[in-house]
Amino acid sequence: MNLNIYLGMLRQAENTLADSFRQVAEGHGAEPDVHFLCRTLAAQCDGHGELLGPVVQRYGENSSDNEPERLHAQGLATTRNGPVGLLRDLQDLYLLASFVDVTWTMVKQAGSALRDNELLAVVEKCDAETATQLRWLQTRMKQAAPQALVAAR
Amino acid sequence: MVDRIANIWGTRTAYARDGLWPVRVDQVLDDGIAEGDVDRWVQSACVLCSNGCACDIAVKDGAMVGIRGRAQDLVNHGRLGPKGLFGSRQGVSHKDRLTSPLVRENGQLVECDWDTAMRRIVDRSRDLLAERGPLSHGFYTSGQLFLEEYYALAVIGKAGIGTPHMDGNTRLCTATAAAAMKESFGADGQPGSYTDIDSCDALFLYGHNMAETQTVLWSRVLDRIAGPDRPRIVCVDPRNTEVARHADVHLAIRPGTNLALMHALVREVLAQGWDDAGYVRDHTLGLDALRKVVEPWTAEAAAAVCGVPASDIRDAARIFGTSDRIVSTVLQGFYQSSQATAASCQVNNLHLLRGMLGAPGRGVLQMNGQPTAQNNRECGADGDLPGFRNWENPDHIQELARLWNVDPMTIPHWAPPTHAMQIFRYAEQGSIDFLWISATNPAVSMPELPRIRDILAKPDLFLVVQDLYLTETAQYADVVLPAAGWGEKTGTFTNVNRIVHLSDQAVDPPGQARSDLDIFLDYARRMDFTTLNGGPLLDWTGPEDAFEAWKDCSRGRPCDYTGITYGRLRGGSGIPWPCNEDHPNGTDRLYRDGVFPTDPDYCESYGHDLLTGATVGAQAFRAQDAGGRALFKTAPFHPPHEEPDEDYPLRYTTGRTVYHFHTRTKTGRSRPLSDAAPRAWVELAREDADRLGISEGDLVRVTSRRGRIEVPARVSGIAPGTVFAPFHYGYWDTGGRPGTHPTAANELTLTEWDPVSKQPMFKNAAVTVEKIGDATGPAPAPTTTASRPAAAPGTAPVPATTGGDGAQATETTDTKPAPRFPDTIRNTTEGGRP
Repeated sequence: MNLNIYLGMLRQAENTLADSFRQVAEGHGAEPDVHFLCRTLAAQCDGHGELLGPVVQRYGENSSDNEPERLHAQGLATTRNGPVGLLRDLQDLYLLASFVDVTWTMVKQAGSALRDNELLAVVEKCDAETATQLRWLQTRMKQAAPQALVAAR
Repeated sequence: MVDRIANIWGTRTAYARDGLWPVRVDQVLDDGIAEGDVDRWVQSACVLCSNGCACDIAVKDGAMVGIRGRAQDLVNHGRLGPKGLFGSRQGVSHKDRLTSPLVRENGQLVECDWDTAMRRIVDRSRDLLAERGPLSHGFYTSGQLFLEEYYALAVIGKAGIGTPHMDGNTRLCTATAAAAMKESFGADGQPGSYTDIDSCDALFLYGHNMAETQTVLWSRVLDRIAGPDRPRIVCVDPRNTEVARHADVHLAIRPGTNLALMHALVREVLAQGWDDAGYVRDHTLGLDALRKVVEPWTAEAAAAVCGVPASDIRDAARIFGTSDRIVSTVLQGFYQSSQATAASCQVNNLHLLRGMLGAPGRGVLQMNGQPTAQNNRECGADGDLPGFRNWENPDHIQELARLWNVDPMTIPHWAPPTHAMQIFRYAEQGSIDFLWISATNPAVSMPELPRIRDILAKPDLFLVVQDLYLTETAQYADVVLPAAGWGEKTGTFTNVNRIVHLSDQAVDPPGQARSDLDIFLDYARRMDFTTLNGGPLLDWTGPEDAFEAWKDCSRGRPCDYTGITYGRLRGGSGIPWPCNEDHPNGTDRLYRDGVFPTDPDYCESYGHDLLTGATVGAQAFRAQDAGGRALFKTAPFHPPHEEPDEDYPLRYTTGRTVYHFHTRTKTGRSRPLSDAAPRAWVELAREDADRLGISEGDLVRVTSRRGRIEVPARVSGIAPGTVFAPFHYGYWDTGGRPGTHPTAANELTLTEWDPVSKQPMFKNAAVTVEKIGDATGPAPAPTTTASRPAAAPGTAPVPATTGGDGAQATETTDTKPAPRFPDTIRNTTEGGRP
């Protein structure tokens, strides 16, 4: 059974995403919607990590898999400045959230095969929120892109 | 004669449930003018709140000399409020009016002629369009222009220039009303009618101090209360308002906790089985998701968050769950607070759960703040597309392109129209260089004023301001355009329950002032905006042309005006839209059949996630197959982002007083209104005042992370821990800029907005209060309203607010039959067809 590899990866990815949301919130305080929503969404990611806790306890968490470096997504180390910087930071968040999203999907597949209702209930709640995070990022980027790419100085 | 400053709502004319609200004609004539002296009466409606009371203006020798309510009108049955009686004509007939365009020369605004001013605007506009394109242009307009003016501006911005950066100050007042209706019902459009007040058994006011914001509507409620079978009243408001004083249940919740309360009310209605299962099954979607979100919110859980007893929450829920006919009204206490759209949607949800829509006495009124906010939403000079069209629906964009005969690519629809706060952010960052502000005063009305002033003062921002007076905002302008005011131009506007009124020109504007419509048309001509045929984009010569063009745009949409003409509006009552072949006399209330505009080809919006504002998108919206059913939408509660802490231990909220409108541009120039509430103040609860060593009238400093105000304290009946300041008091009459004692409530507010409606949060911030000076008298706050002083043993009573000789009005009752829908609507023969 290798599910523990994916559970470890997922918990770490949610952690990374939470940290990155916080990073963007702090780096873009002059964009109040980004600032406040990124804080809210960071807390959502924290919550996902907590919900994963009991499942991880049952299956164990393997953080010493064969190629962790290649699967683990890197978080944002710093944020950028200006309208294009905001766009690129949001796009980085989008990539991280996509990684989380597809990992949830794989964990759901395994949960279905295992007929693990507890795991599936966790997936249902968390993956729906991750999907909304992605939709918000896309909504906000689509709004920002024309001004950043065409009109900004 | 009645002193209508002291007696805000006038004399009672009690009536019973399902009766007609009796007529009472209110009238004021200038000193020395008798009725026989009046040359003519010119039909209009009042523009000093969203109620839209129909009136006639008395004219003598080319001047406005009086006003009276129109008895036959469905909105007011002859009544007018203090602002209409004493602020309407007085607010425009003042020596301070701008009478000439101004341009900035060597840092100073100097008078010039129209050609010079317009040429300067057009030169800059053309240069920027050539150099940087349409995204360099932004337009920030009002909730106080006429329909024809908004539509002209919308066509200029969307089809002439092609910029998405258009919004109105409606963003600050009514954006959440529109957003909540789009989310729940699929499109904007007020479900209820004022006539529902006549028939209801229970009235819920959510963050709506109706007694001060819509005084004439509150008179209607008072007349039901005085009748034999009064409706029960539930009030959600942290202040001890006049509404609260009449309430059976007053929920004085902490600012920022509306959604927690609403979750508990919804949960209780479901838990007690008070929902109408048949209505929910046939006419709604999404109950399971709603149930899940509200599940944790017992009355006790909400009580702990909101700071009110759980038993009061249960009592309110019981009234909602068991009354036969319920009206709910919602305003700024919800719209300008955190999670605005989610909280307002819960009001819609309560009505959907009980099937309380579309029948007499069963309705929702998602209120507006301003007289013509509705028209800005309809015409699309704000963050909407004309005719409640959907920016995500390519067919709707094609319709507009055909209508205007322009390339659909011109019409910005790649993202939602830019909201006001974002427009100012782009100006701050320098990607918008051309900002045209009409009939609004962001230098006082927007949140976090120190920041707004910096943006307006930016040297490379080209700022055009079009107004009646040299407002705080106009003082930053590169070009100031003098506009004609109410009574000086002709046009239509629509009140909060969809009733369209005509306001005819009564007198000439002063000096060189021109109507906003003329100014916009002049700009369009000078810019050579053309259709695909090469003809002029706007070939209208006056307001009636604009109205007829708008009718084409509204055809087949929820706000269908095709059955209305200027002729039909003259002489009778205003007409509620939709008015078309199917509804020749208009429509009193929407959704009688429980069919909602959620058809994906027809709807105004595919909706949003209410927590984040993420768009649902066409595909997901179609997949849920709403097909005419309403949608239960909600979001989990989260606490406000700025909560009281050690440094800023009190909750701060802002609002209005009955005697003023907005930034006092008009009402501050009326002697009776200004005398009643002359200067700024702040309200504190007795407990807080005692703890801080503050007495009535002491000068206090209120500080937030953004700034400070220094004003006298009124010790009032506000909920402990909460501080209130009226937002009317800027600086036009005290030197133009904040001096040693700043007074504008928005010095303290924070820049944050609802994720869906993008309405700024004026009603939640953390502050600290300290005394900085002894009282020289009581605070200059009215005693007749929510700012009434709390009685303190051993201190002299505060003198009552009265109007005296200058505030007398006549009230005539029992001479005319009460108007009834649709009998009072002029038929098509009387009014003629276009």
